[in-house]
Amino acid sequence: MSMLSVRDLGVAFGSIHPLSGVSFSVDRGQTIGIVGESGSGKSLTAMSVMGLLPLIGGRITDGNIEFDGQDLTNLPETAYRKLRGGRIGLITQNPMTSLDPLKKIGPQVDAVAILHLEMTPKEARARTEDILETLRIPEPALICDRYPHQMSGGMKQRIVIAMALAADPDVLIADEPTTALDVTVQAQIIRLLDDLVKERDLALVLITHDMSVVAQTCDKVVVMYAGRALEFGTVETIFDAPQHPYTQALIGCIPRGGDGTAKLDGIPGTVPTVMNYPKGCPFHPRCTRAQEICTTTQPEFTSYGDSAAACHFAGVAP
Amino acid sequence: MLLRYTFQRLLMLIPVSISISIVIFMIVHLLPGDPIDNLLRIGSSPEDREALVARYGLDRSLFVQYFTWIGNLFQGDFGQAIVLRRPVIDLIGQNLPYSLVLGGLAFAFSSIVGMSLGIISSVVRNPIIDRLVRGFILLGSTVPGFWLALLLILFFAVNLRWFPVSGAGGWDSLVLPVLTIGFGGVALVARVTRVALMDARREDFVMLLHAKGLSHNTILFRHLMPHALLPVVTILALRIGWILGGAVTVEFVFGRPGLGSLLIRALGQRDYPVVQGCLLMLALAVMLGTLIGDIAQAAMDPRVREAKT
Ligand SMILES: Nc1ncnc2c1ncn2[C@@H]1O[C@H](COP(=O)(O)OP(=O)(O)O)[C@@H](O)[C@H]1O
Ligand code: SF4
Ligand SMILES: [Mg+2]
Repeated sequence: MSMLSVRDLGVAFGSIHPLSGVSFSVDRGQTIGIVGESGSGKSLTAMSVMGLLPLIGGRITDGNIEFDGQDLTNLPETAYRKLRGGRIGLITQNPMTSLDPLKKIGPQVDAVAILHLEMTPKEARARTEDILETLRIPEPALICDRYPHQMSGGMKQRIVIAMALAADPDVLIADEPTTALDVTVQAQIIRLLDDLVKERDLALVLITHDMSVVAQTCDKVVVMYAGRALEFGTVETIFDAPQHPYTQALIGCIPRGGDGTAKLDGIPGTVPTVMNYPKGCPFHPRCTRAQEICTTTQPEFTSYGDSAAACHFAGVAP
Repeated sequence: MLLRYTFQRLLMLIPVSISISIVIFMIVHLLPGDPIDNLLRIGSSPEDREALVARYGLDRSLFVQYFTWIGNLFQGDFGQAIVLRRPVIDLIGQNLPYSLVLGGLAFAFSSIVGMSLGIISSVVRNPIIDRLVRGFILLGSTVPGFWLALLLILFFAVNLRWFPVSGAGGWDSLVLPVLTIGFGGVALVARVTRVALMDARREDFVMLLHAKGLSHNTILFRHLMPHALLPVVTILALRIGWILGGAVTVEFVFGRPGLGSLLIRALGQRDYPVVQGCLLMLALAVMLGTLIGDIAQAAMDPRVREAKT
């Protein structure tokens, strides 16, 4: 059984439905990549798993989220709070703004162990310093006494990771953890996350818009677009034989022999927002192979061995 | 670091105080009339008048008068009241405590009630309470203080006879004046608290606080409140001077002794040294308020602390 499995997830804000039909699962020691351009629904997926949609006025309308055999979609808030930070850790996109600027680093990390592991502040601090050390942060004791604005973005992102790890969670959700960082730091952080999965037997959900990161670190991948999953499967299959034109386009954007700095601005056209999701296949306005049927009928998933794609013409060579 | 900053700010008060003293002196001496008229008995001759003018040094140039005043001030001498014929420092010492008690209570009232209302209106998701508080905020920001004072006197003191109409007898004589001064402050503080809390809630890091599993209350009181307090404290500190200033009219309306009553009486008599002394005290209160606000700001926000030292 998977550590975390999401089936047919649908999300609504009032009468707006920005997310629907999203499914994926991830085991311990495994990394799943959720990939797609900005606005494709990756963060909403992360928020759904964290049970934080109500905070921004959204709700889950369809599907379920199963964590360690337990359905989370109807979990009461008090029980959810034990999971958040306790068994599921979150890493967000912008480390510059993700820490409380008025509080020192130490107490911000300590809070997690105090809350979830019922440690005394002293024990929690010892643990914080341990974790910072394993994250290769020099002089942990000194860092604990600093304020967020006194540190670099990469360092802050490590602190955020430390916070997510402090209670020894089973699942880590990293929502574009490197997007806001320098290229060299990006690689370090990705490697760090990769090591953590192996060392701690974590299940990692790695959200990114960078296909080359997926190729380097993930075992499985879901390709999202306009609030839907378009293709999913093992990384090998998806990269060897991508079936969906969007996946093919994403892979086509990775610079050959590149340094992993691929940006997804290579696909002509723009991502639709929730206000103008296209009818039929959501990708059809930008798809080079779109036919009449694509504008009217939403394609179902078809399996291709280790993967599945939602395209009327999947499997046909480009 | 904070100490050094405080010291810097205190040093800066010196030039500011000197310019303020010039402005105060000019305003007071440019007022039409002079205190001598209040000293003359009926039938005094112009020679009597001239003698008095000379005795109080009012015949000397403004330049000389200013420097005499300032020179004495630096030695802690506020001068001698011309009409009341007592040391100005005694008059201030006698009246200031009344104003401090009134101002202090009004300050506490507006901070505590204002912040509570602000928190309630931004946390409680009840449209009726929200509307009530917002209505109150609007009312409090628009109704002038003296008008409110008259209404309060009419209703609670004249009709209901719960509180005395005027004077500074027991504690009950403080209730209406405190309400009058504090009312506008309550609305202001409530509004600033409310907006600041809602802004803090939208900060990025709040999402991650929830992701840590912290409860709404922990997030509100440990993280959102400190952020919301930054603007609130600034406003409160600015109000320290403002409230003492507000005490001027309110003391007068309620017939209470205090710096305000003293100032108004001295103004009527053109008693220059007293007016100057009172105005200087009020200006000092405003400056201290600003100073306290800036220091509190630096004490609460490490970013400010670093930028300023
Ligand atoms: N609070 C919200 N209310 C309404 N629509 C939203 C909200 N947040 C995101 N959306 C919409 O949902 C879609 C997916 O957003 P998001 O999950 O943030 O994408 P990604 O993380 O992949 O960039 C976007 O079209 C966005 O406009
Ligand atoms: S369904 Fe049609 S429009 Fe959509 S990806 Fe396939 S070919 Fe392109
Ligand atoms: Mg996102």
